[in-house]
Amino acid sequence: MSLVNFTSREITCKIVYYGPGRSGKTTNLHYVYGRVPETRRGRMVSLATQTDRTLFFDFLPIDLGQISGFSTRFQLYTVPGQVYYNATRRLVLQGADGVVFVGDSQARQLDENLESLQNLQSNLLEHGVDVRTLPLVMQYNKQDLPPELILTPPELDDALNFRAVPSFAADALHGKGVFETLKGISELVLKRLAAGSPA
Amino acid sequence: MTSTLNPRFTFDTFVVGAANRLAVTAGRTVAENPGSAYNPLFIYSGSGLGKTHVLMAIGHAAKALAPQLNIEYLTLDEYVEAFHAAIAAGQGDAFRRRFQNVDALLVDDVQFLTNRKEMQAELLRLTEALQQAGHQIVLASDRPPAEIADLDERLISRFSGGLVVDIGIPDYETRVAILRRKSEERGSTFQPGVLETVAKSEFPNVRELMGALNRIVAYQAVNDTPINAEAARQLLGTTAVASPTVASSAVASSSDEFSQFLTDVTVTVGKAVEAWRARVAEAVLRWEGEGYRTGRLEKLLDQETPAAVDEAIAAYVHDVDRLKALEAEVAALDPQAAGEKVFHDPDRMDEAESAAAKVRDGAAPPPGPSAAFPFDSYIAGPSNEVVLSAARDVIAKPGKKYNPLVIVGKSGLGKTHLLNAIGLELARKKGAIVACLSTQGFVDELIAAIDGNRVDWWRARYRRATALLLDDIQLLAGKERTQEELFNLFNQFLDADRQLIFTAPAHPNTLEGLEERIISRLEGGLVAEVSEPDKELRRNALERFLKSQHLPMDVALLDYLADRPTDSVRSLTGIVQRVVEAAAAQDAPVNAGLARDVLEGSPSARRTTGLRTSGIVVSSAGGVRSREKMVWDWPASSDRVIEELR
Repeated sequence: MSLVNFTSREITCKIVYYGPGRSGKTTNLHYVYGRVPETRRGRMVSLATQTDRTLFFDFLPIDLGQISGFSTRFQLYTVPGQVYYNATRRLVLQGADGVVFVGDSQARQLDENLESLQNLQSNLLEHGVDVRTLPLVMQYNKQDLPPELILTPPELDDALNFRAVPSFAADALHGKGVFETLKGISELVLKRLAAGSPA
Repeated sequence: MTSTLNPRFTFDTFVVGAANRLAVTAGRTVAENPGSAYNPLFIYSGSGLGKTHVLMAIGHAAKALAPQLNIEYLTLDEYVEAFHAAIAAGQGDAFRRRFQNVDALLVDDVQFLTNRKEMQAELLRLTEALQQAGHQIVLASDRPPAEIADLDERLISRFSGGLVVDIGIPDYETRVAILRRKSEERGSTFQPGVLETVAKSEFPNVRELMGALNRIVAYQAVNDTPINAEAARQLLGTTAVASPTVASSAVASSSDEFSQFLTDVTVTVGKAVEAWRARVAEAVLRWEGEGYRTGRLEKLLDQETPAAVDEAIAAYVHDVDRLKALEAEVAALDPQAAGEKVFHDPDRMDEAESAAAKVRDGAAPPPGPSAAFPFDSYIAGPSNEVVLSAARDVIAKPGKKYNPLVIVGKSGLGKTHLLNAIGLELARKKGAIVACLSTQGFVDELIAAIDGNRVDWWRARYRRATALLLDDIQLLAGKERTQEELFNLFNQFLDADRQLIFTAPAHPNTLEGLEERIISRLEGGLVAEVSEPDKELRRNALERFLKSQHLPMDVALLDYLADRPTDSVRSLTGIVQRVVEAAAAQDAPVNAGLARDVLEGSPSARRTTGLRTSGIVVSSAGGVRSREKMVWDWPASSDRVIEELR
């Protein structure tokens, strides 16, 4: 997918929310959905199980309108977190312009976070994408939980963010940090505009 | 009643951008295939965005492609007025007939149909009639059909049945392009950044944008100093400094978080899409809109920091200009070839050049008549009176009077001269292309064309000619393919009333090896015979020859030679030539006596030169200067006897 099409004057960014199961990826999208004016958002497609777990993926198109003469669209995707949906994850990752890794701040979920990060890396490799070159930001979600249950952002940075990408503390349920994260990833993605289209 | 099309409103002067590309493309398509592509075509847009321009451009383009088309442009008001006038004059039927015979009807400001029931019914009837007859209708309005208040359902469905396109507000780049083009048209130049500043202001339509441009043009003219971007901003009263976008202003209040995000994204995009990219993108937009391939420019956009972007764009524009020139050239020669894609792809300049060269070759005029045979130098006499008068008729009314004209006669009677002479006269006419060559040359050309696989261009070459003159048509004998080609050409020329002239040694029906269909066609025109030169003609020819050789006009010589029977002017010329050469060899004057000696033989013993005199002593003072007054050569008495016997 071409990120910027100068001919048709379009910018299309595909951003994938990645992370372990129950880390709050869909919650992020729901919050964004709630804040985007109706005219600018498409229908949010959510394929979920009866217990509200993402079975396939969520998809939220956002139309940012004309920016510098480009009609700009963002497509936000989430992947199913559960380990056994790897094929779906790989599919959704295809052609991603940027990835938001939504980590679960709970101390006992640290291993799941690590496992998911590794899974992200290997799935990107399958698409021939080096995780070091792809725009990536970390979001440490559920920072609203009691302090004794969670790790602080610096601790999580130490544990997960060994590539020192931008990281954001968040409480997706209440919206804290959601747009900061989106803004963070958008900037990374859009800065690559100058570098031409990604492969 | 019908407005004339404003000559300034053509597709060439219309700046194409994302907002109006669809309308322009649809308009062009309709102009190229009136009645068959989108019928009706309904264009709507806000005021001042170019509806009327597109409408008139369709009219111009259609007219340019097919000048015979009957195209009417009028506003609805004019239509209503015409209708009322016709009804008042009791000529409603004539009114209907007039519009039903229009090939393309362009109606502007259709929104005024509101509350005009009788006009709606009339227009419905007209639309149905035109559609059924396969005639094009293009309508323009400031709103889509469904939003025209009180419009008949049937009209809505009719109007929507073709293609409904809108013209949007031009985006920033298009605005810049419009401003650049308009200021170019006006011959005004501005400091860098001025037009961009003007374009940054949000004008609801192009007309107001033009108003703003007018203001700065006027300001600059009055102040005598170039206006700069800041001054332009103040002049226009715009305060927008950071590039404003439709997006950020539209959603500012709806959601703080989102709008903040949007602003951030805008800033990022603004930084990322560097100025050069905008320029390249603008060029891509512009030329793509005009139908040119922009692969080369798009490749530039893929690079991170390409060197010399402006030079690349300039080179591209240069190539496009060249392509335009080539296309125009080719279009004049072969309209079909001009439509080839290669003339719209600046990345394939070489192919375009060679394609054009090919067409040019093919279009090179066929061999013309030789300038060595002017009509004036053709010697008239009773023996060629008929053929000459036929030739004059042909020259006066080529293709109308005697077609084909077949000049028959023996060799050396001046058939070729006359053929070329007629060709030269015909070629003087405006726009005339006269093909005049020997049949052998014609055959050879066809063989070369078959060999080079270029029979089509060979044909095209002759088909363009307005007259075909072939010398020695008998040489066609046995050349079946050439006869076939000639037969086809023959028919085309006859159908188009273009002149055909042939020469042959004998009456066509006596020629062997020619197909019956060719012979019958040759016989169908006028077969005029050139007979052996009569005495008067011979004399004229001799006089002219002697004059041309600057020889003295010796009456005795003329009489003597003209009296000699010759079968052709050519042999007559040969005879005189012999006499003149002999005279030169003997250093003697050309006169009847010498001629007689040369032609009839004389005792060579008497051919001693220089010493014989007539007995007249030429004084050194030059009392007798002219050799002509002397009798140098007394004819032998035997010669005189023979002459008398004749």
